Amino acid sequence: MDQLNLIFNEVYKILFLLIPVLVSVAMIVWLDRRVWAFVQKRQGPNVVGPFGLLQSLADALKYIFKEIIIPASSNKIIFILAPIITMTLALIAWAVIPFGEDQVLANINVGILYIFAVSSLGVYGIIMGGWASNSKYPFLGAIRSAAQMVSYEVSIGIIIINVLLCVGSLNLSDIVMAQQNMWFIIPLFPMFVIFFISSLAETNRPPFDLPEAEAELVAGYQTEYSGMMYAMFWLGEYANILLMCALGSILFLGGWLSPIDLYPFNIIPGVFWLIFKILFLFILFALVKAVVPRYRYDQLMRLGWKLFLPFSLSYVILTASYLFYFNLLPTI
Amino acid sequence: MKITRFFKTVFMVDFVTGLFIGLKEIFKSKKTINYPFEKGKISPRYRGEHALRRYPNGEERCIACKLCEAVCPAQAITIESAERSDGSRKTTRYDIDMMKCIYCGLCEESCPVDAIVQGPNFEFSTETREELYYTKEKLLDNGDRWENILAANIKSDNPYR
Repeated sequence: MDQLNLIFNEVYKILFLLIPVLVSVAMIVWLDRRVWAFVQKRQGPNVVGPFGLLQSLADALKYIFKEIIIPASSNKIIFILAPIITMTLALIAWAVIPFGEDQVLANINVGILYIFAVSSLGVYGIIMGGWASNSKYPFLGAIRSAAQMVSYEVSIGIIIINVLLCVGSLNLSDIVMAQQNMWFIIPLFPMFVIFFISSLAETNRPPFDLPEAEAELVAGYQTEYSGMMYAMFWLGEYANILLMCALGSILFLGGWLSPIDLYPFNIIPGVFWLIFKILFLFILFALVKAVVPRYRYDQLMRLGWKLFLPFSLSYVILTASYLFYFNLLPTI
Repeated sequence: MKITRFFKTVFMVDFVTGLFIGLKEIFKSKKTINYPFEKGKISPRYRGEHALRRYPNGEERCIACKLCEAVCPAQAITIESAERSDGSRKTTRYDIDMMKCIYCGLCEESCPVDAIVQGPNFEFSTETREELYYTKEKLLDNGDRWENILAANIKSDNPYR
């Protein structure tokens, strides 16, 4: 009985985290479409619910009632598994995101490594989906996506090392608490810019949406998917974007901390500050999608390997030497 | 020249400029309308759904001259006529096959008594084919429903005819 209680306790905690995340994913899809439309002087979705807020819900309902088509020549098990893996991996990373002091589902000491590992695994969902479809466009999309995500993972890893040098801990709560005096965006501003661009590439957002470049590859790895399986890919993609925004605000924008530790600001609960920061980053994501054209594939690889990697590596050396010379290295 | 280009690349000047242009566009007025709730302006000459009009005393305008039937390039109009008890010539049947119709407006132009007109309504899609075979009753009903707008349109277009 005690064990059952324990299990249910954990299940409640997980649901308490997952349901808001899934709801905000739906909201963020709406926000994305709306910002995109506004930049192009269109109305955007504004019919379902107030300001069209329930549009994603209507879309999800439509997807549920659509037929799931499994191509005859596909590898059926992997074909079905791929969207499940994508969505699961996008959601389990949320376990270590701290929403406030002690407001975290799993306060593990290697939180940042865990997120990094999970987001690296995310590429498997896409590769499996593209390969199992047994069709040329999904396959090309999957290959592109794999190469792109691996390349930008490297520079993200090195950017994270920069932050870790200043913190001295892999725990996400410690990373936030280390920014009480100064957010890391100020000393590490170039790294923040590179992190933002790399996370665009990591989540296959424009201008790096080569895996699903509709002009060349129909819809990339999603071409053969329909109904709820397509919706799961789509959910996973946006959950990943949200995760990247959360990671960016935790690493550089001070997580749940208020911008100034003064009276009217510090009575607002930390969760809201984190949500504001995530929203700010997401609106930037949406704006970038609206204003930039798509990169060519060789340009993408050049940017990742020839520019970001050497630059972030040299910045690591700079940060480390600075901290070492002024004896500012954090004691563990 | 090369140095300015280099600094532009490093500080992403073009990208940031684009971002601010995008931000500015957000607050400008929208160019699209909420279609089912608001509709764009339609010219008085718009050639939409057909209607048969009546005189203000309720008498049908159509005199069954069959000019529209003759002029119709798609041969969508079918008219049969007979003498009424008061000696006037009236239609007993006035059918328009809306799927044959090409909405050229020749019927409206040929009509000597402004009986058959094309109104401003363009939202008359149906779920079955049969509903698009318009009969005399349906056309007269349309005329009664849209009379105010039809009369105003014909009046405003009159100087140019």
